[in-house]
Amino acid sequence: MTTSVPMTHGLILAGVLFAMGLVGVLVRRNVIFILLCLEIMLNAAGLAFVVAGSRWGQADGQVMFIFILAMTAAEVSVGLALVLQLHHHFKTLDADAASRMRG
Amino acid sequence: MNAAFYLAAAVAVIATGMVITRLNAVHALLYLIVSLLAVALIFLLLGAPLAAALEMILYAGAIMVLFVFVIMMLNLGPQTVAQERAWLRPGIWTGPAALGLVLVVELLYVFVTGDLGHPAGQAPVAPKQVGITLFGPYLLGVELASFLLLAGLVGAYHLGRRTHRGGSGGQVP
Repeated sequence: MTTSVPMTHGLILAGVLFAMGLVGVLVRRNVIFILLCLEIMLNAAGLAFVVAGSRWGQADGQVMFIFILAMTAAEVSVGLALVLQLHHHFKTLDADAASRMRG
Repeated sequence: MNAAFYLAAAVAVIATGMVITRLNAVHALLYLIVSLLAVALIFLLLGAPLAAALEMILYAGAIMVLFVFVIMMLNLGPQTVAQERAWLRPGIWTGPAALGLVLVVELLYVFVTGDLGHPAGQAPVAPKQVGITLFGPYLLGVELASFLLLAGLVGAYHLGRRTHRGGSGGQVP
């Protein structure tokens, strides 16, 4: 068997993906893009769990990945319903359009 | 087998970079699907086949379909056909298709050689082991996840219903 991939490289990949998702959340103002970048960040967190679980040969990493998956499904459904409400009220998808609170 | 991991990692990073720089949501979705497929291949290479399958079925399948539904719902009208034609004109899909082709070739190479690399030489974690762990020590987490999914279902139904008079949908009057 050839030499295996060190765990550090997998964690570095997860960190890079998470940072790109964070940059996307901070830079983009379209709500759809903000949700997409949240997906990228959650996916990177799941990748870090799976890499660590694979390093020690334990199933806990994949269990945490499944939990992250369930949480992502709930978050996306509520987030997209909020996007529909935002578009219904403000006729735009700009996140800054809804930056003012009432009262 | 290290080369396969690094190639898939490069594809994932490139596709993610294209996601956060696209101006059009549909183009970003195409690149994000490629990125998720690359991460699924990385899971397979890391010896986590169940995570790879779930990544493809749930992330690249179900959640991305939700995004496509919402994007299509926000663009109802007579100009939709012309807009879709502009979205998917030839040349747009060549980038994601090229990255996806790299992943397909890599997957075929991994299957033909039959040598899945694992970090630090550990054995792959089989789905049976994951299931035993999930419904053993983590049973409480499973119950909490079901609570969360039920709350998400109710919340999405409450927020997504069409309110009359365009009034306070989802807000306490």
